[in-house]
Amino acid sequence: MANLKDLKNRIASVKNTRKITKAMQMVAAAKLRRAQEAAEQSRPYTERFNAVMAQLAASVGGSDSAPRLLSGTGSDQTHLLVVITAERGLCGGFNANIAKLARTHAQRLKAEGKTVKILTIGKKGRDALKREYGDLFVGHVDLTEIKRIAYSDAQGIARDIIGRFDAGEFDVATLFYSKFVNVVTQEPTAHQIIPAAYEAGEGDDAKADTGAVYDYEPSEEAILADLLPRGVATQIFSALLENGASEQGARMSAMDNATRNAGEMIDKLTIEYNRSRQAVITNELIEIISGAEAL
Amino acid sequence: MADTMQFDLVSPERRLASHKVVSVKIPGAEGDMTVMEGHTPTITTLRPGVLKVDGPDGTAEYVVSGGFAEINASGVSVLAEKAIPVGEMTREDLDQMIEDARTAHETARETFKNEPGPVDDAAKVLADMVAVGDHIRLSSGAPLPG
Repeated sequence: MANLKDLKNRIASVKNTRKITKAMQMVAAAKLRRAQEAAEQSRPYTERFNAVMAQLAASVGGSDSAPRLLSGTGSDQTHLLVVITAERGLCGGFNANIAKLARTHAQRLKAEGKTVKILTIGKKGRDALKREYGDLFVGHVDLTEIKRIAYSDAQGIARDIIGRFDAGEFDVATLFYSKFVNVVTQEPTAHQIIPAAYEAGEGDDAKADTGAVYDYEPSEEAILADLLPRGVATQIFSALLENGASEQGARMSAMDNATRNAGEMIDKLTIEYNRSRQAVITNELIEIISGAEAL
Repeated sequence: MADTMQFDLVSPERRLASHKVVSVKIPGAEGDMTVMEGHTPTITTLRPGVLKVDGPDGTAEYVVSGGFAEINASGVSVLAEKAIPVGEMTREDLDQMIEDARTAHETARETFKNEPGPVDDAAKVLADMVAVGDHIRLSSGAPLPG
């Protein structure tokens, strides 16, 4: 049986751990609220943007003159996987799940004989994929310093990706991030951004019904060419926000679990401590009594 | 009272306005246009400029840059990558925007040495940006530099 002092120390240390996880949980809850708000704020923009893009893409997409960001390069030999993860750990399976999805994707593409390149956003994803796919990395975006993701951050990343696309470094780009479903559920998602896949009428009611014929100023093609790069930035921005909210949600539930586990452990240890204390007392009594009887 | 229509101004980071207005002056890529109730459905891209909204409760002005405006039977939606109410616009914001435009111009000049198209576009954005600065400094009565 462990001695009393050890048990006492153990209990004190678990109590400290519980304090920390509890604090992290509360911080995550506060951050989650902010992240959710940010995601909510960006939603009207993203939805309308996508609706208009779907409309434009539908009317121009078929023609040969469609921009390459929309129609693709005509090949799908080289794939760029953009893996968005968190900068920090201690958020349950959050980072691992995204990395796993990216890994299965990469394996499948490799099995099909395609070339795979990986761009990581967030330190944890890079760490998770480095051992297996380190040689495929083409870049990394560090967001450690950024407290609140701004649209300009997404623009920077989009510029980088489009630059690579224009330089012919890849044919297809796919984003990997975690979609925020609710606090306990985050869904790792793969989303193709280049060539852009805009689906018409995705959850958008009124726009499809109006069926209005628009005047375009300048021409449809020019507008599309102007908006497509912005579309990439918009997709990345919304993925970053979703991911941010998911991260905080995952951390919150992970820390909630940890706090609960620590509580259970403390209870168990306390019972053990009390029992051994009682055993020691009983032992001493027996010794005294049997000593007295011997006289 | 004049007819009103729904007006929405959204940027990726927040929704700036959503209410009924009488008219909206949009800095379109091919020139300014004023939109009132019953305008032909139109989609236009924006150039950096000042968006002026005339509503039943007075006027409001926003500095917008990058994005597009969609006009249809239900109203006007402006989706701008950057949108700042003129009143909240600070020197730093403006300098930042001009600086960004300048960098973009430089990059364009280097990457597209033999194609005048993108370079001219970037130059135009830069010029528009500077013009915005002049415009709002005049209209807001802020002291001119120097």
